[in-house]
Amino acid sequence: MKKTLITAAVAAMVATGPALADLTIVDTSYRTGPYAANGIPFSDGYQDYFTLLNERDGGIGGEKINIVECETGYNTEKGVECYEATKGEGALVYQPLSTGITYQLIPKATADGIPLHTMGYGRTSAKNGAVFKYVFNYPANYWDGASLAVSHILEQNGGDISGKKIALVYHNSAYGKEPIRTLEELSKKHGFELSLLPVDHPGQEQKSQWLQIRREKPDNVLMWGWGVMNQVAIQEAVNIRFPMENFIGIWWSGSENDVKAAGDKANGYKALTFHNLGSDYPVYADIQQYVVDAGKAAGAGDQVGTVLYNRGMYAAMLASEAIKTAQEIHGVSDITSQQMRDGMEALEMTEAKMEAIGLPNFGPEFKVSCENHGGNGFGAVSQWDAAAGEFKLITEYYQSDQDVIQPLVEEDSAAFASENGIEPGC
Amino acid sequence: MFYREAGDFKTSYVDDNQTFPIKFDRYRYYVVLFAAFAIVPFIINDYWVNAVFLPFLIYAIAAIGLNILTGYCGQVSLGTGGFMAVGAYACYKLMTGFPEVSIFIHIILSGGITAAVCVVFGLPSLRIKGFYLAVATLAAQFFLVWLFNKVSWFYNYSASGQINAPERTIFGIAVTGAQTAPWAAYLFCLIFTFASAIIARNLTRGMTGRKWMAIRDMDIAAEIIGVNPLKAKLSAFAASGFFVGIAGALFFAVYLGAVEVGEVFGITKSFLVLFMIIIGGLGSIFGSFAGAAFLVLLPVLLKNVLVGTLGWPTDLAAHLEFMIVGALIVIFLIAEPHGLAQLWRVAKEKLRLWPFPH
Repeated sequence: MKKTLITAAVAAMVATGPALADLTIVDTSYRTGPYAANGIPFSDGYQDYFTLLNERDGGIGGEKINIVECETGYNTEKGVECYEATKGEGALVYQPLSTGITYQLIPKATADGIPLHTMGYGRTSAKNGAVFKYVFNYPANYWDGASLAVSHILEQNGGDISGKKIALVYHNSAYGKEPIRTLEELSKKHGFELSLLPVDHPGQEQKSQWLQIRREKPDNVLMWGWGVMNQVAIQEAVNIRFPMENFIGIWWSGSENDVKAAGDKANGYKALTFHNLGSDYPVYADIQQYVVDAGKAAGAGDQVGTVLYNRGMYAAMLASEAIKTAQEIHGVSDITSQQMRDGMEALEMTEAKMEAIGLPNFGPEFKVSCENHGGNGFGAVSQWDAAAGEFKLITEYYQSDQDVIQPLVEEDSAAFASENGIEPGC
Repeated sequence: MFYREAGDFKTSYVDDNQTFPIKFDRYRYYVVLFAAFAIVPFIINDYWVNAVFLPFLIYAIAAIGLNILTGYCGQVSLGTGGFMAVGAYACYKLMTGFPEVSIFIHIILSGGITAAVCVVFGLPSLRIKGFYLAVATLAAQFFLVWLFNKVSWFYNYSASGQINAPERTIFGIAVTGAQTAPWAAYLFCLIFTFASAIIARNLTRGMTGRKWMAIRDMDIAAEIIGVNPLKAKLSAFAASGFFVGIAGALFFAVYLGAVEVGEVFGITKSFLVLFMIIIGGLGSIFGSFAGAAFLVLLPVLLKNVLVGTLGWPTDLAAHLEFMIVGALIVIFLIAEPHGLAQLWRVAKEKLRLWPFPH
């Protein structure tokens, strides 16, 4: 039995040898498991944008894009398997969409010379490109998110939140723990009281956390949730009649799938975002024409225009712009992952560029450099309008408190560098 | 024809008691060992190591550990994931606390620490049995995961709560960290798996193993014939914890490199290892290997066939994988409750008679 299995495995794996491709983009998605509700729209957006480029422009710089999808189920072991299985195919960049898998891949990808783009997640101190040469987390990171949320609360309270109570409901993992350090610094700075409420994976069980919130009556609740945890938390908040406008989620806790389950009562729930929402952009007409109507949409094709679809598309757009930049720098169209890294490090997003793509005013302007792999930390607050069934921006884009975040980034990246014997340098 | 005892004369008791009494079996075993140690390391690449061999070798050690406790001593445990976490965190603390000591020693020490923890959680087994013991070990599982999340000393106060394996070398060759060559990681784990299997095999066929089996078959009768249940049960917990701890340490240090306790060592891990020994065969060292191979290789194989060869959507393939593996577990439990090891035994019986069954 064992032997036949091994022989069969050998046969199958030999059969799936590396496909010789042009520009290979690996989409490590998760369409199954407790995080699928959020993983599907992101992956659809990510793939559809590349499909659009293939169908409309014939790829990037004349090179077709080959999308390889690999299901991780938000599981680190499967993530490693996906990485090892696909890296040989000449993958240009990985977008793991999981902080756990990111931590896993940072040393591996650095050793293999393949860049990681952890957009708005992953290891925050990777912003320091002098230490994390192959990791990019532009345009914003968790610590920016924590600061943006606190700034919003400050603004709501006329600039003074001393003595207020803020509770953080977080996924009890590297992802959820990431903002704690920044929030602690901010609580010292602004004088608010921080209480921490961890929720264990996968997050279906939150009764005790919300009972505690009901008892302690914090003025604001922040949430670092993902997948099924978001829906449950919002439902629980509705159940204890927590005022929704005081409940702010990170950008990963602000998609339609998360609030719809709670119905009209979720009206007023706020979430951060680092890009614009809705489908009122010229590029959507092209996606409709070249991808959806042509029957080439990824997944069921029903996610177009949702928050996370936009985010996936935004990630793909940033990747394709980095590919273009790399092609310009090196003067070749069929770039390698090393050249892709150079392109990412030289990436500059301007309003004119975004308008040319068909996404005017979609995301912040930023310029990546060796010292700064993380953008400038601009974001905005969106609010759920249950009647209209969509998130709406309620603030302008504003910047996070860089005075607090920059020293933390320096400190954490220096610790990583000394732990791993990395000589920081540009 | 080739597979038979006849003609293979044993002249000493040692020969008579060897693990592979049949000549053909013995040579097959040497060939497998030779291939594993001398051929595979030269042809192995990153994908094979990280997707197939490392998980197989490490799960095999964990399955051996659980098999000693559940298969040989009859104490059902659902705490394997938690005990693997003890091994992983012990290894992490030792690696970062004493960087000058060899990683080889750290991993063995992690096994020892896990054995001690396992004995503590095994104490209730003297009073409670069967399902009730399973629930007690389940409590250990949740307690340990909670502990490693809650007490930041265990992860050196890092902001993310993750533990990361720093680079460690043996004779100047990296075996942990990102620079590890595939063959080095493979050989390092193979040595542990090989040694574990040899030790476990010899433990289980000696006096200790017989005591465990006596307790498993009927504890009151065993006590009457002079087996001390305290010593027998706790030694089973200790031996089991030792192997499971080594598996946990290797899982963290060599295989994954970075670990988050709730996700990697959760309750699903406990069930996975339990399924391995049930499918492989309770009370069999070979069964531990067969079960680990089955549950590690099958999903990878299915994924490669469904997505890679047939080009199906990944979500459909992932769901089908669950269904196929689940169905196979059920079919196995009905058709062959003694697992793959029993199939192997039957096959050997048939082989002895082949090709003249009369």
